Amino acid sequence: MIKKIHRRAVVIGGGPAGLAAAIAIHDKGVEDVMILEREPRLGGILNQCIHDGFGLTRFGEALSGPEYAGRFIDLVNEKHIEYLTDCMVIGLTPEKVITAATREGLLEISADAVILSMGCRERPRGAMSIPGDRPSGVFTAGVAQAYINKQDLMIGKRAVILGSGDIGMIMARRLTLEGARVEAVFEILPYPSGLPRNIEQCLNDFGIPLYLSHTVTRINGRKRLESVTVSEVGPDMKPIPGTEKIWPCDTLILSVGLIPENELSLQAGVELDPVTRGPVTDENCQTSVPGIFACGNVLQVHDLVDFVSLEAESLAGPVKEYLDGGLPDCRIPVEAGNGVRYTVPRRISGGKDVTLSFRPSSPMREVCYEAFQDGRVVSRLRLKKAVPAVMVHMDIKASELRGEGPVKVVARIEE
Amino acid sequence: MKSEYICTVCPNGCELSVEYEGETMISCTGNLCRRGFEYAKSMITDPMRSVTSSVLVEGGVMPLVSVRTSAPVSKKRMFDVVDVVKSMKVKAPVVMGQVLCENVLGLGADIIATRTVEAAEK
Repeated sequence: MIKKIHRRAVVIGGGPAGLAAAIAIHDKGVEDVMILEREPRLGGILNQCIHDGFGLTRFGEALSGPEYAGRFIDLVNEKHIEYLTDCMVIGLTPEKVITAATREGLLEISADAVILSMGCRERPRGAMSIPGDRPSGVFTAGVAQAYINKQDLMIGKRAVILGSGDIGMIMARRLTLEGARVEAVFEILPYPSGLPRNIEQCLNDFGIPLYLSHTVTRINGRKRLESVTVSEVGPDMKPIPGTEKIWPCDTLILSVGLIPENELSLQAGVELDPVTRGPVTDENCQTSVPGIFACGNVLQVHDLVDFVSLEAESLAGPVKEYLDGGLPDCRIPVEAGNGVRYTVPRRISGGKDVTLSFRPSSPMREVCYEAFQDGRVVSRLRLKKAVPAVMVHMDIKASELRGEGPVKVVARIEE
Repeated sequence: MKSEYICTVCPNGCELSVEYEGETMISCTGNLCRRGFEYAKSMITDPMRSVTSSVLVEGGVMPLVSVRTSAPVSKKRMFDVVDVVKSMKVKAPVVMGQVLCENVLGLGADIIATRTVEAAEK
């Protein structure tokens, strides 16, 4: 017997995005909102991010992940917002019918609005085709983090880190403080993919070298990892023969990218963006399926949780408007031009001011981002430096837009 | 003397150019705010960092409680602080914000719990 219920709004995922979205939706007067979380407790990935630096923008202080999540979980409890943990959503239809596996059995929820906030997952070894053996001792950074910070399991004594993503660098520091030796971090790109401050406080503080334009080209070891072979790569990102060096280690940590977790979105027929691999959304965070919204890392991988919370809160007004009768059409396409990898949102109405998020396609100094519509500049943003690791936010005023011509964002290096 | 630092106070990660003599700062450029200025000063005297780690919990619903220093401590003493943290053990329940070790090693910061760990049901 499947238990069937109805809710006005259902939030899938109780991490930072889902918590902020549910609270904001509740604050707009939609009290019939429910959060579904697959873990035994709310908080999502923040529960294992015990390092500090969260909340500087939002709360003006440097909190750890659990503390940041705690502030939102307290609000969920104070406002008596309904949530279900140990609840794995296994189905979502375009008609917004959710199927979930719970401790009590299957649950079917028909929702008027669905908010996707499932976060992202890590790119695993299997997605990278590194040749060699299949020993134990190879972990993604987030898995290593969960073992050490949640389960009290130490993962190794001598580590090499592949990829300069933030979690990889944070794990380099964590492993060092826990008594392991971290030999080096290798990054295939010619520039770091994590935040500059993490290079400083996680690597430089501990004398851990970062090698750019280097990658692991072989994994060696029968049972346990014994070493990795590292090669320099050329401008074409291909290993340069003859540059191989053996780095003895018992642990390899992979911090090689995050992928929005969109299996459910695909089931519901939501259109995905090939660059972000998150849903294509309009200025209301609404996906291509009316009434299904998306926010947080499932939409685009963020570097700061503070912006996840803001993005999640921004959809509350539109969700309420949708439930009350519908949202205006968003007919103006937004396109990423030269020097810009993508934009979120991809469609706007022209009826209200919006903030575009995007990432630079490569590091740049003295850059000016310009948004054009029909050859006219509608917004301009000057930055002293821009790096792919740091998301850029650009405001566009409705009063600057005319008609329904596409808006294109490009980067221009200032002389 | 001149040095370049990346400010770690916030995610802006300002690139600071600092001119100094001994422990006296002569100039600091590149910072977007006052905190960057203070950070630069500390970098030429005694760099400070927050320490985060975990403490063993007895009888809790989880084996660990995450902790941090209530304020940054001298970077040189980070490993000493971690040694203290490793030697500690607390009994559940632990409440977020609870002081688990006062004025650790006399460094002027407490070790505080950064999450709540309820006692396990017997």
